[in-house]
Amino acid sequence: MSADVELSDVSVTFGSFYAAKNVNVKVNGGEFFSFLGPSGCGKTTLLRAISGFQEPSEGKVLIDNKDMSGIGPNKRPTALIFQNLALFPLMSVSENIAFSLEVRGVSKEERKKRADELLELIALEGQGDKKVHQLSGGQKQRVAIARALAVEPKVLLLDEPLSALDLKLRQRMRTELREIQKRVNITFIYITHDQGEALTMSDRIAVMNEGELEQIGKCDEVYNNPLTPFVATFVGENNPLYGKVTGIEGDKARIETADGQYLATMNESKKLNIGDESIAFVRPESLFIPRDGDNFDNKIDVNIESFEFEGNLKNFYASLKSGAKIKFSVPNAIDTSSITSGSSIVLGFESSKSVILPKASLAID
Amino acid sequence: MNNFLFTQPFFKKNGKAVAIYFLVAIIFWFVFLVIIPQFYMLDLSFRTNVPPLARGGPEDYYTFEHYSHFIFGSKTATDAFNFVDLGVFGRTIFVSMLVTIANLLFCYPIAFYIAKIANPSTARLLIVSLIIPFWINELLRSFALRILFANEGVINNFLTGVGILDQGILFITYDIGLYTGLIYAYILLMMFPLYNAIESLDINQIEAAKDLGSSSFRTHWRIVIPHAKPGIVSGCTMVFMLTVGALATPVVLSSPNTLWFPQLIYQWFNMNDNWSRGSAYSIILLIVSVIFVLTMMRIFKVRIGEIIR
Repeated sequence: MSADVELSDVSVTFGSFYAAKNVNVKVNGGEFFSFLGPSGCGKTTLLRAISGFQEPSEGKVLIDNKDMSGIGPNKRPTALIFQNLALFPLMSVSENIAFSLEVRGVSKEERKKRADELLELIALEGQGDKKVHQLSGGQKQRVAIARALAVEPKVLLLDEPLSALDLKLRQRMRTELREIQKRVNITFIYITHDQGEALTMSDRIAVMNEGELEQIGKCDEVYNNPLTPFVATFVGENNPLYGKVTGIEGDKARIETADGQYLATMNESKKLNIGDESIAFVRPESLFIPRDGDNFDNKIDVNIESFEFEGNLKNFYASLKSGAKIKFSVPNAIDTSSITSGSSIVLGFESSKSVILPKASLAID
Repeated sequence: MNNFLFTQPFFKKNGKAVAIYFLVAIIFWFVFLVIIPQFYMLDLSFRTNVPPLARGGPEDYYTFEHYSHFIFGSKTATDAFNFVDLGVFGRTIFVSMLVTIANLLFCYPIAFYIAKIANPSTARLLIVSLIIPFWINELLRSFALRILFANEGVINNFLTGVGILDQGILFITYDIGLYTGLIYAYILLMMFPLYNAIESLDINQIEAAKDLGSSSFRTHWRIVIPHAKPGIVSGCTMVFMLTVGALATPVVLSSPNTLWFPQLIYQWFNMNDNWSRGSAYSIILLIVSVIFVLTMMRIFKVRIGEIIR
């Protein structure tokens, strides 16, 4: 059983500070939805508003089309997984998992049965009698999920639960979370500042900045067609090229920068006019070193400054004539021995792989 | 010998001067302030009560007479048991237990409020206002309560003055003043261990329980109280031990026809000049209260290490 979650004009204020401002979003039943944003952007506040720990100052939270105002966290069909998991250290694993059943007066045998079922779901069969501190980080994570699932909530809320894990485990848990979500088929609302996490797991994401929603959409949509310079630079990496619009060519615009002219794609809802201050964005992986016969829409002269080896990718940091910096990545499989610090090369990129947006502040400012 | 001592890790870690200071201070405290007086009293309690000059003489010998006096009364008594002293003793232990429970019930909500609900500035204000009254001596606080509870005291004058009652309530006669005074006397020793224990609980634990559908009562029962158990035990132990041994408060506040056990001990020492019997009564009180506390800890499954956690 899953439920729609709708935030309708939700604002949360602390004094005169807006932790969340006029947030409107509808999460569909059974969806894996992520709120992505830097720390302090208000995503945790929204999660607390959905779970009932924080009443919105304005607006409404609807779960299954039912207004949740005045309904406490213990009466909502949601379960929250805390950042630090908040497992009960004095209880055994099974007692933790069955706690929500215990408080509902479910009999001991029933509780044991359900705990065993859930232990199986999280691949911890037979470990129910252990104490929480005897488990590894990943196991604790799974117990927290099982505990939240025990009462069959309609919505599972997750507050950066993977942030304390090391990289390998985090990657494995992403896959596992996704699988568990498919198996139990309930709505997952996930909070994270890690765009990798959001992109790999979610059906849709909402990018937040300073309490407001910047963009809602499918992961590839948000990544490929960011609506604002903030989204362009917060989700993944992007090189900004500042300039003025000098021409419109269908759905594309030509931008004049200190280093030359580039053609980039406009967003349908962010049409530009000639003379507008704007930023064209091109991602490090969309910049190519042209080979014979390649013909890119845009060419850009750069001077290589430094280089870093990431494993699968090699990252080059270069500067343009004007002094602007640019980063581009080359798959490790490609031979780049001829590109050394100080060498000048020409890079190319397609206008379809570059977006142009009205000027606004970036995430990295 | 010296070399052996100074090469110990304790000396290496702290340096000679500090290590010696620690050692001397601890030994002095333990030997002179704890062991010697207690052993002296233990020894005295098994001796006959003779004037100082007769010490070591034929009159001065070891005997159980003071302990048997507590249980069976004087040799000339007609009753089979010393009902008066046993009664005072039993009542002291029983009332102390009730006082401890009352303290716990009273302090838990306040400690929880200060630790988890109040905002930091309110919490500080509350803590300060709890502490300040205790800058006043215990005896003076008892007298203050006496002024409140006396038959012609503040409370009775007020109640009769505004016409709620025709006649004052006999707070002192019925020991209501005493019980209030005892509860108040050591309340901070319950408050602070409780506060510390609750304060250390991660607020997410409480929220997680609530999120999983737990009512407030059950969240306290299953999450907060088990977490705070060491603090509860530590507070209860201190309050119980001090209440059982309280003297100033009962002297000022108990009704003329009841006695608190330490008053009895005081009488043997000071009024009847029988230090041996006073010592015996003290030892009895000490041992019985320790056994009582240990039994309670057994029942509630607390290990002694947890108290000082």
